[in-house]
Amino acid sequence: MITSIRGQSLLSLNEISREAILEVLNTAESFVEVNRRTIKKVPALKGRVVASLFFEESTRTRLSFETAAKRLSADVLSLAVASSSVKKGESLRDTIATIDALGIDAVVLRHRSSGVALQVSRYVPHVRVINAGDGQHQHPTQGLLDAFTIRQVLSERRGTTGLESGGELFEGLRILIVGDIRHSRVARSDIAAYSTLGAEVRVCAPGTLLPDDIERWPVTVATNFDESLEWADVVGLLRLQAERGSGAFVPSLDEFTFTHGLTVERFARMRPETLIMHPGPMNRGVEVDSRVVDAPAAIVEQQVANGVPIRMAVLYLSVAGSGESL
Amino acid sequence: MSIVLRQGLIIGPTSSVIGDVLILDGVIAEVGATVDAPSDAFEVDARDCWVGPGFVDLHTHLREPGREAAETIESGARAGALGGYCALVAMPNTEPCLDNVATVSYVLARGATTPLDICVAGAITQGRRGEALAPMAEMAALGVRLFTDDGIGVQDPSVMRRALLYADPLGVRLAQHCEDERLADGGTMNEGALSGRLGLTGRPALAEELMVMRDIELVRATGAAMHFLHLSTARSVDLVVAARAQGLRVTFEIAPHHFTLDEQCCEGFDPAFKVHPPLRTKDDVAALVGALRRGDVNAVATDHAPHAPELKDLPFDEAPAGMLGLEHAASLTYEALGGAQCDPAVFFHVLSRGPSAIAQLRREDAPPRHSAHGGAVVAGEDANLTVFSPSTRWSVDRSTLTSRSMNTPYDGRELLGRVRATIAKGRLVVDQGVLT
Amino acid sequence: MSSTNEGQARARGLAFFAKSQLMSADDVARALRRMAHEVVERNHSTESLSIIGLQSGGAPIALALAGYLTEISNAPITASLLDVSFYRDDLSHNPVPVSSQTSIDHDLTDRTVVLVDDVLFTGRTIRAALNALSDWGRPRAVQLCVLVDRGHRELPIRPDFVGKNLPTAIDEAIVASLDGVWIGTREAT
Repeated sequence: MITSIRGQSLLSLNEISREAILEVLNTAESFVEVNRRTIKKVPALKGRVVASLFFEESTRTRLSFETAAKRLSADVLSLAVASSSVKKGESLRDTIATIDALGIDAVVLRHRSSGVALQVSRYVPHVRVINAGDGQHQHPTQGLLDAFTIRQVLSERRGTTGLESGGELFEGLRILIVGDIRHSRVARSDIAAYSTLGAEVRVCAPGTLLPDDIERWPVTVATNFDESLEWADVVGLLRLQAERGSGAFVPSLDEFTFTHGLTVERFARMRPETLIMHPGPMNRGVEVDSRVVDAPAAIVEQQVANGVPIRMAVLYLSVAGSGESL
Repeated sequence: MSIVLRQGLIIGPTSSVIGDVLILDGVIAEVGATVDAPSDAFEVDARDCWVGPGFVDLHTHLREPGREAAETIESGARAGALGGYCALVAMPNTEPCLDNVATVSYVLARGATTPLDICVAGAITQGRRGEALAPMAEMAALGVRLFTDDGIGVQDPSVMRRALLYADPLGVRLAQHCEDERLADGGTMNEGALSGRLGLTGRPALAEELMVMRDIELVRATGAAMHFLHLSTARSVDLVVAARAQGLRVTFEIAPHHFTLDEQCCEGFDPAFKVHPPLRTKDDVAALVGALRRGDVNAVATDHAPHAPELKDLPFDEAPAGMLGLEHAASLTYEALGGAQCDPAVFFHVLSRGPSAIAQLRREDAPPRHSAHGGAVVAGEDANLTVFSPSTRWSVDRSTLTSRSMNTPYDGRELLGRVRATIAKGRLVVDQGVLT
Repeated sequence: MSSTNEGQARARGLAFFAKSQLMSADDVARALRRMAHEVVERNHSTESLSIIGLQSGGAPIALALAGYLTEISNAPITASLLDVSFYRDDLSHNPVPVSSQTSIDHDLTDRTVVLVDDVLFTGRTIRAALNALSDWGRPRAVQLCVLVDRGHRELPIRPDFVGKNLPTAIDEAIVASLDGVWIGTREAT
């Protein structure tokens, strides 16, 4: 169990303790303030080199990470490998060695295969590896920014700050995660973060889109979607991952909307204070109706905005410093 | 060449006795409490060792032709000899595959230049595509006795039934890699809570067990013989043992990695542990070990699957499946059989006598130009013998294995029991644990 | 406590063992009131002053100072807070420090900044603060106000307003707060 990510790679939220998560959230509060300044930059990672290695394209996440690194004054090497001439089957070890030869302190890595972040961290143990999404396995910074956003919005509602709310805010908080959990690394990271923080997590999905042996996960499987929507304080929607094959697991997109889509009718029956979240990009009209997305209960924009401070916090804790824990 | 094995425990099918074995001109010349040897005879110290029929591997991937970077027939034979093997059955998933006389002849000819007895398992279907039957009779005429599409099972039951009906009168045996490809769904590890947590597509036990059930019924319907390759689950083993008890002509093998490693090994996403069928649960491992110890297992087969090092440096789901096996199978089998409590008769049964019968390599059924294996250690038998030292400890070091490849999942592991000497076709190929 | 070695020592979980108390809470209050007068005297007015307390030890001091300044000048003076963790010059040699809030909400161009800290030691925290300040504009002047100056400067930094000068040995430790000032040692518990 990792009790702090100081000086560590961030590969998965499965082995991260409550204190480690809260440390990232609390540090991110400082970076929210930095991002409000006119000069949105601090010299914490001056002289450090952060490589951004995206084998799977994602403009948003890559820009978010690169912005975070630059606002820490790090030098950023950006390699959108997906569009380069690296062919499938090229040894991962060789690709990493080439970049490492340039002298890097950290690599932010996204790949379509589960486990690649861990494999890479074994090839270059002296480099901090920040997992930006590996196959269906984990997307740790998404889990962290989702937790951070929940804390931020609920604290504000209660007239207090995220720092003051600490971790208690999550105790018993009712969180419902809906959609293609089977193929979702965001779901795995979210569930790890929320359950570690003490929230009560329910999952709801068509039978084919739940992972095997879901009974062994720290969640309850909800069979009645509408009842769970009324139960939830927070509803996390997931995208149907057509490109990862989830299309074959349900008869059609329309059928998915019929059974598990957040339609206007379902939204109307929800409590007004329930938060709606989505890691993006959204399939408007499939897992969520457009009108619902644009309602105030949907805090998707805040999630996106929190990406940079959370990633700054992760890079700062992981890369700055000598690597000793306090 | 004359060789004398001194004072080993000679393991018979039902009894054992300490003594000497004299080998002359490729044949066991004399066995006795002490034996006089010619002055130029090579002395092998077999004290504190077991002496028994040489091991036979029903399931080796020698990669030649097509993937010589990973292994060749020659390097595979050397690895086999170090593992105590006197005969290897080469799997047909080479490039081109072993579905025709020309390629089979090539492998048999190359094999004949090695000290071991290299046999071939021909493909059941052309190109191993599972559609049209391969020329089994032509291949049988070259001495091929086992046919399989290994790497993949024959998916279409009508094709498999036709293959059984065709093969049976030829006196050959079909062998099956049991996994329904659609249920296996391109998975990379055992399907279960762990695969779900790791975000890896799983290969369910059901994919294997369903095809085992199917093929048992096909055997029942056709009356043919079938050998089940690398069974990996408790249920699969139970099914085949029960079918065998009902009188069906079925046999099965298990691979060392399936009775020593479980799915937890995949937690670190290390492709060294990726194999089809995948490493299963701890309960499955325990069941396989139980079957071994009860004497229910027909054969231990290595499924030796070399892969060039860069291929195992790929992401877990892109890396090829398969692990090395020849050089540590005997030690792992010995440990699984209980080490010091291991019954040497069972040991030699699963490594030699059982596989010899299935491969038709015994004195009574060995094809021409092949030696006889799995026989009793008595005068007159072909000299294919293994001297095994149960008390030798050794450490597996992937960089010093004789195989051309290094993809062993046991790197760094200390094993108990090691082959001291291998006598293949009357020649001392391995002595004191090294190639001569 | 924001000075380098002290901060790290405390951060590493070394506890403070007091040897003696050098200032009481009343002494501290008197010193702060006196320094507030000095600030007004030096700057002639409080109009263009920006009081900035360095997290975390300087924060309560700055807030208290702002309170006295408000009393003296009859105009409301508030203190801003600055966390210099991200500006330290020794980040890569030490464990990452815990970060806290920065709350500077106005441009500092043409303002006279009064940096406030509890203890002035090597001067590196102040250097980091000067580095940080430039991100909020170009102050006309920067003055330094500390409750205790314990010597052992490693950089050419000098305070403008000092509560008390306390020469110390390098291995001694100082704790200075609104509750008082103590001298002692830091040791593993």
